[in-house]
Amino acid sequence: MAALRRTLTFRHGVHPDEHKEATCRLPIQRMPFVDEYVLPLSQHIGRPAKPVVRPGQRVQRGELIAEPDGFVSSAVHSPVTGTVAAIEMRPHPTGRKMEAIVVRADPFASQRFVRRSDRPREDMEPDEIVAAIQRAGIVGLGGAAFPSHVKLKVPPGKRVRFAILNGCECEPYLTADHRTMAERPRAVLRGLELIMKVTGAERGYIGVEVNKPDAIARLREEIPDGMPITVVPLAVKYPQGAEKALIDAIFHKEVPTGKLPLDLEIVVQNVGTAAAIADLFATGQPLIERVVTVSGPGVRRPANLLVPIGTPVRAVLEHCGGLLPSTRQVVLGGPMMGHAQKDLDVPVVKGTSGVIALDRLAPVTDEQPCIRCGRCLEACPMFLNPSLLATLARAERVADLKEHHILDCYECASCSFVCPSHIPLVQLMRVGKALVRERGSN
Amino acid sequence: MTASPQLELTTAPFLHRGLSTRRVMFEVLASLVPVVAAAIYFFGLAAVLLVLAATAGAVLVEWAFDAQGTRALRDGSALLTGVLLALTLPPSLPMWMAFLGGAIGIGLGKTIWGGLGHNLFNPALVGRAFLQAAFPTAMTTWARPGLSFAEIRPATLAWPFMKPAADVVTTATPLGLAKFDHQYTGLWPLLAGTTAGSLGETAGLVLIACGLWLAIRRVFDWRLPVSTLLSVAFFSALLRAFGGEAYPGPAFMLCSGGLLLGAVYMVTDPVTTPLTPRGAWIFGAGCGLLVVLIRVFGGLPEGVMYAILLMNAVTPLINRYTQPRVFGGEGR
Ligand code: SF4
Ligand code: SF4
Repeated sequence: MAALRRTLTFRHGVHPDEHKEATCRLPIQRMPFVDEYVLPLSQHIGRPAKPVVRPGQRVQRGELIAEPDGFVSSAVHSPVTGTVAAIEMRPHPTGRKMEAIVVRADPFASQRFVRRSDRPREDMEPDEIVAAIQRAGIVGLGGAAFPSHVKLKVPPGKRVRFAILNGCECEPYLTADHRTMAERPRAVLRGLELIMKVTGAERGYIGVEVNKPDAIARLREEIPDGMPITVVPLAVKYPQGAEKALIDAIFHKEVPTGKLPLDLEIVVQNVGTAAAIADLFATGQPLIERVVTVSGPGVRRPANLLVPIGTPVRAVLEHCGGLLPSTRQVVLGGPMMGHAQKDLDVPVVKGTSGVIALDRLAPVTDEQPCIRCGRCLEACPMFLNPSLLATLARAERVADLKEHHILDCYECASCSFVCPSHIPLVQLMRVGKALVRERGSN
Repeated sequence: MTASPQLELTTAPFLHRGLSTRRVMFEVLASLVPVVAAAIYFFGLAAVLLVLAATAGAVLVEWAFDAQGTRALRDGSALLTGVLLALTLPPSLPMWMAFLGGAIGIGLGKTIWGGLGHNLFNPALVGRAFLQAAFPTAMTTWARPGLSFAEIRPATLAWPFMKPAADVVTTATPLGLAKFDHQYTGLWPLLAGTTAGSLGETAGLVLIACGLWLAIRRVFDWRLPVSTLLSVAFFSALLRAFGGEAYPGPAFMLCSGGLLLGAVYMVTDPVTTPLTPRGAWIFGAGCGLLVVLIRVFGGLPEGVMYAILLMNAVTPLINRYTQPRVFGGEGR
């Protein structure tokens, strides 16, 4: 018991099988270039970017092709040297069609990123750094793709004391962050230093689940002398990577409902994001590639790949030997919060942390009545009552939904994961949240 | 791509813990095997016949009123109700009464509420309450344990609605002895199961072991039995402290009668008990208080069944007032 207590964690949550053994020891490898890249203008939360190129125009690898449209928006860059083939509606991992810039790679270009002389400098003012990060199109790489600069810009009158890097990677199958920490600890730590500098944070923390001992060791070895950075080993539990759960795990503090980590003087970024920020300042490279875990029982050769953003998922899977015929689903992201695809021509986008091929459907087909067992309550990291909220959502009782804090649900799906009656709880939470947002203003 | 499999679209999560209601019910049923075995060991063939009769009644009604054909049957909950009901019955009860109890338990205890998950009261206890009201004598006639296995009392096979021959060698249960004769049975017979009582309630050690197993496997919410037992212990100790030797002590209260059976198998029925952790504590505390009150001050020696049924009635209220506090909300 004492040993258990020493490993920090948040309260509630679930323990899905980890399924990380297939890829957790595979070094990150570069995905070869393909012919065509699809770059949706919306790869982040917030307003889509605005194209600044025309079809037929030649672009360089790393060149800006769409600029941010407002503060909560982020830029898009070409992942290859080539030509803009079209700007048109294309399938997007969220299931809808969205406007995208299609870039055809130049087969004769070297595709080596040219180190920029106009790269941002570390001695710039915080505001300039924030603007550079926005211009570089850096968004949260953990999955939610929230524009990083928005969190790094400390509003007047507020301050940040603690910067946390999220290295939990609590979703089953995914090992991209794990490999990044183990192989590029210096980049991760440089990124954290920059984040601390920009926000004025006094202390940095990196929360890593204890199933990644090599990552914890490598990070600890590389912490520069005198830097107030602590690597915090955390118990293995889902959804520890969620900001509020992570803060609870490390500080035993609850972000008040309706508030942000900033209100506790905390800023949270993903470890991959930190490495991307470090790269930007080292070479001037904007966010044009990311690490993606390709895994699951349906993949012939699981891998951790450094994939240019915009690469079609089909090409990524082919590079890994293709799908086994038994595959029933391809999921982008992790299996707890990701999106199933029916069209493999969707591109890898900035938020794509994994391509997971599963060979059987989750058994959520046979819904039974709620037996009020309370398992969903014990799972919910937000201490909600999913069983009650599901009933209220079905009855469209908007006022009651609001009163029972449905808007605090961050759709982690822990409740659906445990429900023995296979009630689609997280879907009902989404329905309920939408109802409150549409009609709840009165 | 070598082959292009047919991909299906569902929504997250794509993993599930793999638990189903059916699985939960069968885990509980599996844990009942030793309890039923003990019942058969102590009460012989009569135990087998009563379990069969009660489950037959329960399953038959579930099947007859199931709008979805045999779907509801597959979840195993009717079977569970039948077995649990049987375990609360006196060993010399006529089979037809057990059958009727099972049928009423499912019919009035579950089906008319809308089936699994919608009932307010524990169906097995509804069946038992009916039998207690309809056949008070038969329900309080206790055969002495320790007959040879195949020996069947004529009462067991009595014709429905005929007066059973009064041939049972009767005895009193430890609670009866305590209440009416101020004789206290020792702890060891209570735990070992050598006393008179309902089929499944006498073997204390077996019940404790099964309860621990279910709690460790997290089949039920451990707070419910723990709070119930703590509450009984607390209130009986309180009586002892202020009322003196005239009242039974906590150890006797905990191990006698149907308390262990009720705490492990009835108080933990998820459907009819609160689903919030705080609610579980309140529910158990209430059950314990009522058990002590009924046993000590009521007209009957036993009170577990009424205590649980009464608390079942309060469950919706408890749920309402013990909603969890949202993360980051007031009132830590
Ligand atoms: S886990 Fe499912 S069955 Fe249990 S209380 Fe929640 S919704 Fe009901
Ligand atoms: S209610 Fe929302 S936050 Fe709570 S477990 Fe379900 S999906 Fe997660």
